[in-house]
Amino acid sequence: MEQRQYKTVGKSVRKKDSMQLLLGKPVYTQDVVPDNALVVKILRSPHPNAIVREINTTAARKVPDVVGIYTWEDVPQTRFAIAGQTYPEPSPYDRLIIDRHVRFVGDVVAIIAAETEQAAEKAKKLIKVKYDLLEPVLDFRKAKDNATLVHPEEDWFPPCEVGGDNKRNLVASGLDEHGDVDGVMASCDIVLDRTYHTKAFNQAMMETFRTYTDMDRYGRLHVVSSTQIVFHARRILSRALGIPKSKIRVEKPRIGGGFGAKQTAVCEVYPAFVTLKTGRPAMLIYTREESQIAGSPRHEMEIRVRLGASKDGKIRALDLYTLSNSGAYGEHGPTTVGLSGHKSIPLYTGSLEAFRFGYDVVYTNLQAAGAYRGYGATQGIFALETTVNELAEQLGMDPTVLRDRNMVKEGMVMPAYYGEVANACALDRCMAHCRDMFGWEEKYPVRDMGNGKVRCAGVAMAMQGSCISSLDVGSATVKLSDDGTYNLIIGAADMGTGCDTILAQMVAECMDCSVEDVAVFGADTDVSPYDSGSYASSTTYITGKAVEKACTDLKKQICTIGAQMMGCAEEEVVFESTRVRRVNTDQTVSLQDISYKAQLFNDQVAQATATHTSPVSPPPYMVGMVEIELDKLTGLVTILDFMAVVDCGIPINPALARIQTEGGLVQGIGHTLMENVTYDAKGRPIESSFLQYKLPTRLDMGKLRVEFEHSYEPTGPFGAKSIGEIVINTPAPAIAHAIYRATGVWHRELPITPEKVAMTKPE
Amino acid sequence: MEIKLNLNGRTVTDHIDAGLLLIDFLRDHGCLSVKRGCETSNCGLCTVLMDGKPILSCSMLAARADGHSIQTLEGLQEEAADFVGFIADQGADQCGFCNPGFVMNTIALLREIPDPTDDEIRAYLAGNLCRCSGYDGQLRGIRNYLDSRKG
Repeated sequence: MEQRQYKTVGKSVRKKDSMQLLLGKPVYTQDVVPDNALVVKILRSPHPNAIVREINTTAARKVPDVVGIYTWEDVPQTRFAIAGQTYPEPSPYDRLIIDRHVRFVGDVVAIIAAETEQAAEKAKKLIKVKYDLLEPVLDFRKAKDNATLVHPEEDWFPPCEVGGDNKRNLVASGLDEHGDVDGVMASCDIVLDRTYHTKAFNQAMMETFRTYTDMDRYGRLHVVSSTQIVFHARRILSRALGIPKSKIRVEKPRIGGGFGAKQTAVCEVYPAFVTLKTGRPAMLIYTREESQIAGSPRHEMEIRVRLGASKDGKIRALDLYTLSNSGAYGEHGPTTVGLSGHKSIPLYTGSLEAFRFGYDVVYTNLQAAGAYRGYGATQGIFALETTVNELAEQLGMDPTVLRDRNMVKEGMVMPAYYGEVANACALDRCMAHCRDMFGWEEKYPVRDMGNGKVRCAGVAMAMQGSCISSLDVGSATVKLSDDGTYNLIIGAADMGTGCDTILAQMVAECMDCSVEDVAVFGADTDVSPYDSGSYASSTTYITGKAVEKACTDLKKQICTIGAQMMGCAEEEVVFESTRVRRVNTDQTVSLQDISYKAQLFNDQVAQATATHTSPVSPPPYMVGMVEIELDKLTGLVTILDFMAVVDCGIPINPALARIQTEGGLVQGIGHTLMENVTYDAKGRPIESSFLQYKLPTRLDMGKLRVEFEHSYEPTGPFGAKSIGEIVINTPAPAIAHAIYRATGVWHRELPITPEKVAMTKPE
Repeated sequence: MEIKLNLNGRTVTDHIDAGLLLIDFLRDHGCLSVKRGCETSNCGLCTVLMDGKPILSCSMLAARADGHSIQTLEGLQEEAADFVGFIADQGADQCGFCNPGFVMNTIALLREIPDPTDDEIRAYLAGNLCRCSGYDGQLRGIRNYLDSRKG
């Protein structure tokens, strides 16, 4: 592995906004809203599938301080998608701002704008709606070719060909094959055929969805939103509202968490519509209930895995079929499903002779799904890794040894991962490291504690990507400021992850300055260079490389000005941190003098913008091991120790990479043990608040240990890959494995609650 | 109705609706550090001190603060600055939206138990949810602060 010494990269510097955040400064969307902003509220459908026959707003409009009430009759009739994706989006255009046909409990029926929250709430209660109820599609297993169509409309439009058909309730479908799966499977000594079910887990970021809008001093729509995707949000608003992009500016302040939820423009269109109608500032803040029932959670999936192996533990064939529930609208449906196969199957590149991956994504009359950290890989990895653990148990092999024999290793071509080569892959070292640190030999055996409780362990591997290959675009502008410091301007969105800081570290590394000398700004469609946005684990890898390129260009510009000042040719000078020196002489000019010169009788630019994209998406890899204590009487599973070893290439900021990992593990633990998503018989969501949707507290996660195995990714900035998403993928299969060890039961549906553990007996 | 209270050391008198929640009263009076994360008293984001004791301002009527002293993070900047840098060093601030409530409850913890064990810290702060950090970085920060005080 290539080893390089860096000055700033690889150091755990504080996040640039740390003290502002920790001291409670007003830096979020709601904190910047003026007092005269209209309060926007939404009347939502109580029915999962209905047509608004009649809507009477007369009484509601009479409420003092109500400024406007808007129904399906008032909005533009152009369908659009709210998924934050590069145009043309794979997600179908299947929404209107308000549709007469409401498709889930929580769908929009009316928008209310009032001077006060009380007035808006009062008006909401006074709107009289008569619905024609339609039969809902509530079981995603029965959605495809159901007699009830979720989207019967003729103007349903897919911008991309993704195998969707609204007349079959299909958002997308597809098949990917390599080798003779059926032939290899037939010659295998052992074939496991298992089906798994994962739920529509909610991101539950602490700051719910929210957007503020006003008309700016040029009469343009100005949008301040808690979003990961300022540029996509602008495009979405432009289409939905029917106004040109030049009339819209979208910016994000600090964001109170996203995890993918805010990769969808969940709430932007409503206050924007109000501001366009009234000319007034408007603010929409989702309640926690709205965030839970009308947000953009994970896609519920049913995954069937067929695994063929030899007696000696060679995994020879894999056949996955994923059925994904996109809910009432298709956001991210065609793309999330792909990762359930493309980011699970390649883990076994080492031995695999053939694979098949097929999928259908269906519409139902339930909350629409969206993007959530892991983006389908989480679901696929739970299914495949659990099957591999079951294979190990059936063969009587140590599951870590089984993986050693089959896993992808550096230099291998991965047919199930678009034929990419694993340029940087330390998965084997992650496994060895984790086994040692965790104490696998001692913890794997089941230990009866003599008090009705048993202790044991489980294991899983994971991978993810570092961008969307041949698609994502990241850009950065770096400019010299007039005291010799720098400004970095990005369109990527720091949602707490620390990307502002790690990108500044890269500038500091390139320009040989301190991180304090780099001021960061992001993100604003009027100011930032184009960036797809912060999702798909792409910011470090893609925008980071753009930063590196911009710095190279800026250094050259600085040298040009320096050479001019010294009266020599550009080729004669070198950039040396705080100065430019003429080679083989003592003649120098300081960076500060160059920056002043740049503003005086100067025609040489001292500001560089660079853009980057990548034909590959190098996977980060990791191994997770968990030790649990399981109470056989109550079914309670207590996490004692979770050890993760991650290969994210070179970590730019190890402290932030560690926190990303710890946070991802705890979210994964929540999905595995306590966070549930259920509906009643009428399609109404049960877990609509934090009373029912139980997030892990600091008493629920046990001891976390995180280590890194470095690899050097040649196409990444400073050898880096990604970290943000992969870390959520190992808890479910590792914990399910440990629960099997304790109980003899394979739980193939998440979450695995104490009730299920206590009530299920071995087959 | 009229209420009079001490807010961050200043006497504040105001006419309010009887149904006004303390969190909304505080935000109306410029205490924007106070955040709402749920409507069900589950997240701890809105934690402030009433007469020195931590309370959830989303679950208390502003009227009940009449005659009492309320402190928000705006009024405890120095006491917070004493330890929050240690949390920043762990990168555990993350999105920051839960930070004010968590910092307020940590202030209450450190006043009540000046030298807490890790388990005491976890138990005291159990009502403060954080979706980003996985909690351990916050604990390491507090632990490093406590260790630094011991020299």
